[in-house]
Amino acid sequence: MDSDKEQTALQNTSREGENRRKFLSKITLGVGSFVAAVLAVPVITSMLDPVLRKKTPRWRKVGSLEDFEVDKTKMVSFKDTSPYKWSTEISQTAAYVRREQGDTFTAFSINCAHLGCPVRWVEESELFLCPCHGGVYYKDGSRASGPPPRGLFKYPIRVVGNNVEIKTAPIPITNMRA
Amino acid sequence: MRKVLSKIWNWIDDRGGFSELAKPLTTHLVPPDATWNYVWGSATLFCLVIQVVTGVALSFMYQPSAQVAYESLQYIQNQAFLGSFIRGLHNWGASGMMLLMGLHMIRVYLNAAYKYPREMSWISGIILLAVTIVMAFTGQLLRWDNNGVWSAIVAAEQMGRIPFIGNWIAYFLLGGTNIGGETLSRFFAMHVFLFPAIIFMVVGYHLYLVFRNGISEPPKPGRLVDPKTYRKWYEDMLAKKGVPFFPDAIWRDAVFSALVFIIIVSLAWFIGAPALTSKPDLTNVNVNPSPDWYFSWIFALFALMPRQIESYVIAFGPLIGGALIFALPFISNKGERSPLKRPWAIAGVIFVILSISSLWYMGYKEPWSPHFDAKPLPTTKTVGEFTASEKKGVELFNTVGCLYCHKINGHGGIRGPELTNVQKRLTEDQIIIRIVNGAENMPAYGGSLTKEELQDIVDYLMTNDK
Ligand code: FES
Repeated sequence: MDSDKEQTALQNTSREGENRRKFLSKITLGVGSFVAAVLAVPVITSMLDPVLRKKTPRWRKVGSLEDFEVDKTKMVSFKDTSPYKWSTEISQTAAYVRREQGDTFTAFSINCAHLGCPVRWVEESELFLCPCHGGVYYKDGSRASGPPPRGLFKYPIRVVGNNVEIKTAPIPITNMRA
Repeated sequence: MRKVLSKIWNWIDDRGGFSELAKPLTTHLVPPDATWNYVWGSATLFCLVIQVVTGVALSFMYQPSAQVAYESLQYIQNQAFLGSFIRGLHNWGASGMMLLMGLHMIRVYLNAAYKYPREMSWISGIILLAVTIVMAFTGQLLRWDNNGVWSAIVAAEQMGRIPFIGNWIAYFLLGGTNIGGETLSRFFAMHVFLFPAIIFMVVGYHLYLVFRNGISEPPKPGRLVDPKTYRKWYEDMLAKKGVPFFPDAIWRDAVFSALVFIIIVSLAWFIGAPALTSKPDLTNVNVNPSPDWYFSWIFALFALMPRQIESYVIAFGPLIGGALIFALPFISNKGERSPLKRPWAIAGVIFVILSISSLWYMGYKEPWSPHFDAKPLPTTKTVGEFTASEKKGVELFNTVGCLYCHKINGHGGIRGPELTNVQKRLTEDQIIIRIVNGAENMPAYGGSLTKEELQDIVDYLMTNDK
């Protein structure tokens, strides 16, 4: 530091200089935090965009009545409520559809109610088996054994004319009080 | 020539200040007896360097798009020059970083180096641990194969158990309520930009603290840390017998890191990164999601935990565990540092290592998973003949799912008890009751088997040499 400046620094230790410095540091901090706060906005909005984007659940056709035999379970696939156009194949999802009788259908999520792994339908034993931790469900989706705290989740399903339609839904998340 | 070169260097150094920049290294004193037990941290840092370099290399070839990420990885793995080696380095570098960080943490804990005045070193270290775990997890997902995609769902489901805000956090993680292109985008952004930036900041701070507070001297039983006198004592000790960090201490870090490097390079070359599983497709249920080794023990824990308490463990376990680890330097920040006088610390470390290792072992065996690919039992006997009913029984055993979980003569899964000699343990009635009613970990078959089918299976199970 040069001696000149040191001199001024010494003089400024007067009360007036003290106050001035407090004020200046406040300005610096204030301006700095303001800029930081503004700069944080784009990061936060773009991080939240996919999450908060409005998505309206849709009814999607998964087959016609004659595709489903009574008392049989079948896997169907359909496009989920995908927010962005460019999520092509990956936004394709699956469900198990069971035709109870006539026009009554049940649609089960393929996600295990334990931690979401895809369960497999084993026709011969009429069970859904989970590969991850060995969860098992009966054909009506209720829990049979293993770690899942509840039965399989269901999708809304309806018959319109000759079409069987599933209503898209979020990936089911099992909560604390399952 | 020499003269010219040295002149050039002198100019550069005079204007650029390089010697001065490195000076703190050569003047920073460290305790002379801080030797080979002090290399873990620097080796972890070295792994981070490997990760940055190989990560940059990978990013030149990787396409972060849900549609083609998998293909670009196939290209890196199978066609690009040295591609599979770079992937291997990135994979083993990550493994090395996790492992060495664990060892570093154990060393710091056993030597109680987190005590006064190095509390903030511990806390920033815990933050680094957390961020590194996030990096490992997001990296696994960037493979964008079936395994990676399902890992994201499994992680989201775990978040979902947090009370009240669980769903929100789960969908925040996935980037929406379903898996989509945006899921990959956000994991890419986190893995490549956000968390590396955080790591650099915190690593910088962590290193700054090492310089500011000095390396903790190796503990001596009976030499207690007293916050009132410690700093002065430490400075006096350094003034008396400290040695410059560069080169008296740093050479060990260099040698050890080189050793780590050789190991990582060999692993990358000879073993490589885990093979990619199938193309990501959420309509394909014939997958077997399983995490990388550093997470497989958690996966095992979820399979083995009683389901009544599981939600609480998932939601509060990490919270309580994290809080305890954070609080450690506040719970005890003075007094004895030597592990010889802190037997509970040793016991705790051994306990944690043993539990995690056994969970690892279980995670590797996956005894809870049905073996969908089990080889069917032969329907003919080696000696003699099956009766018609017994034969029917074998077929049913193969098809209705018994085989996925029960072993007979070396065929089948291991979730349930082995049934090769079940006729010696149980009576016919007991077997029937079990099949019809199931148990905690076995579905009840009463509803799906006819009476005859049940009888066939039981007949088969009751035969002596299956
Ligand atoms: S995810 Fe299905 S049993 Fe754990």
